[in-house]
Amino acid sequence: MESFWLVTLAILAGAVRGGTPFLFVSLGECLTEKSGKINLGQEGSLLAGAMTAYAVSHHSGSPWYGVLAAMGTGMALGLLFAWLAQLPRTNDIAVGIALMLFGSGIAFFFGKPYIQPSAPLLPGIPLGAWSSSSQIQAALRICPLFFLGLLTAFFLAWFLRSTRWGLQIRAAGDQPSAARALGISLKSVRTWAAMAGSGLAAVGGSYLSLYYPGAWTEAISGGQGLMAVALVIFARWDPKMCLVASLLFGGAQSVGPALQAAGIQTGYYLWNASPYVLTLIVMIITCSTKKSLAGAPGALATGE
Amino acid sequence: MAELSATSSGQPGSPGLAAPTPGPRLKRAWGPAFEAILVPLGAILLALVLFGLFCKAQGQDPFKVYASIYKASFGSWFAFQNTLMRTAPLMLTALCTALPARLGMIVIGNEGALVMGGIGAVIAGLAVPAWPPHLALGLMALSGMIWGGLWISLSAGLRQYRGVNETISSLLLNYISIAILNHLVNGPMKDPSSLNKPSSFPIAEEIMLGRITFGDFTMRVHWGLGYGLVACVILWFLMQRTTFGYQARFIGANPKAARLGGLPVNRTTLITCFLAGGCAGVAGMVEVAAVHGRANESLAAGFGYAGILVAFVARFHPLAIVPVSLLLGGILASSGILQRAHKLPDSTSLVFQGLVFLVILFSDSLYGRFKIFKP
Repeated sequence: MESFWLVTLAILAGAVRGGTPFLFVSLGECLTEKSGKINLGQEGSLLAGAMTAYAVSHHSGSPWYGVLAAMGTGMALGLLFAWLAQLPRTNDIAVGIALMLFGSGIAFFFGKPYIQPSAPLLPGIPLGAWSSSSQIQAALRICPLFFLGLLTAFFLAWFLRSTRWGLQIRAAGDQPSAARALGISLKSVRTWAAMAGSGLAAVGGSYLSLYYPGAWTEAISGGQGLMAVALVIFARWDPKMCLVASLLFGGAQSVGPALQAAGIQTGYYLWNASPYVLTLIVMIITCSTKKSLAGAPGALATGE
Repeated sequence: MAELSATSSGQPGSPGLAAPTPGPRLKRAWGPAFEAILVPLGAILLALVLFGLFCKAQGQDPFKVYASIYKASFGSWFAFQNTLMRTAPLMLTALCTALPARLGMIVIGNEGALVMGGIGAVIAGLAVPAWPPHLALGLMALSGMIWGGLWISLSAGLRQYRGVNETISSLLLNYISIAILNHLVNGPMKDPSSLNKPSSFPIAEEIMLGRITFGDFTMRVHWGLGYGLVACVILWFLMQRTTFGYQARFIGANPKAARLGGLPVNRTTLITCFLAGGCAGVAGMVEVAAVHGRANESLAAGFGYAGILVAFVARFHPLAIVPVSLLLGGILASSGILQRAHKLPDSTSLVFQGLVFLVILFSDSLYGRFKIFKP
């Protein structure tokens, strides 16, 4: 019985550990999409954020400066996205692909000198200190960024539902013409939403390089920034559901290594694809050609 | 993409209704064509200037960097052949984005289709080691085409029948295809002698794709270049000069009207995407049959992602893909010299590609802005 609880705890811990970057990226994407634009460039923000965080942490000695710097980088990329995606005759999906390329290029270029040196990492909060079992201690060692993400999810849900700015963002995403008639500046609303969203994605990147796996490499992201787009669809543009979806995907990511640790070798490489397959399955189940999804911002992918 | 242009075409002064303004006949006939050539050229120039500033900020003399790039890509016959070898897979993978774009779809599963095509080609090549080379190569190309084609058709089918966004699904399929490749070369297809880099068994030497020869004159470049050129010309003809291509472009311009008009929207979409994926699959076959001789992780070398850029810069025109592939092939070929002579990391070419991509998209917003091109 005790071993069952240990395994369950390990899976939950894996979900939290692997799900935190998903959480930040999907919250950022959710905010951006609520304002009416899809940003596929979150992957670039994530990578650039991971690199910036590691580099700044290495030079300043404080990982928290790294997180802040990552946020700044992400917001700069978000500004670039918002500007290009709102020009006449451009397409947000194409701009996102370009930013994915550009962001990862920038990250790899400037990150080259930081692959070797070590930087101070974010501390884990030892919630399992009461236990003598090292497994429980390891499982309950949780990064403060996860709690920040948790707070952000609930804050964002409240912000979008109950504040004036939240209403403006939803109006810009749902009924751009009505928003314009109300005197809301679509351009500034969408620009702020994209900047904040891209900044959140970059914080997710800083989690990757400063906590888990906790080093800067060029293969640090397995496409988390892209899967965020699918996660948001799965979460029906609801920040609280983003939390659930992120934990689910974090758990899916740890299935392969967990099975390998349990001695099951067959199909190890196929298990690595499980988050992508899961994303695809989720999209096949939730999407439909007949009607737009419940909760989807009305102006998404209409080019308005 | 096309949905977008369909909604934004209600701009003032839309063509067709207004009487043609009197002007020089030359300008009326050639203005739009000049615009279509000069705007992308201007964008590439702007990207070159921006990249030069980037190099300057890194403490490098931009002119020397460009001189190195030129020398390593087009400066000598040897360098030019290096460029041509990279041009071949680029042309084929670019078609994978360019064809569906005519239908208003943005497919970015080029890398996955290339990998699947490579796997398909290796399976075919291993099955018929003793066949006459031409037959064996034909079978390998066919197998690569079918595997790559089905891979992208999957994305298209999900879009047509389930409403799944094709950009995201094709991207996810990239990751899945690489996992399948890793599974195969580490498991069922593994050559036990490939220790450092798990690979499949090699295909027979006799059925490898050879170099281009004319009489006594032999190039280092393999016949994959010919495959790419032929594919670009055939698909240009298909998309611009046949009923099928007209249907496809009509669907891209206005999917609703196409459906109401009784066009076979689903069938046209699936066939176009099959052909597109087939091209990327043939690129995988070329990489296997002419370069690596086996399937391993070198297949996913980024030609797929570079192909997306080529397709966008060429504005999805199959013939324009040829010169753009040549240019980008040159950039890729010069990556080594940037590392050796200028101490710039290998990701420099990625920065450059990203810059070009962003500037090209920016230039899209400039069409119709310049009076000088107005007829």
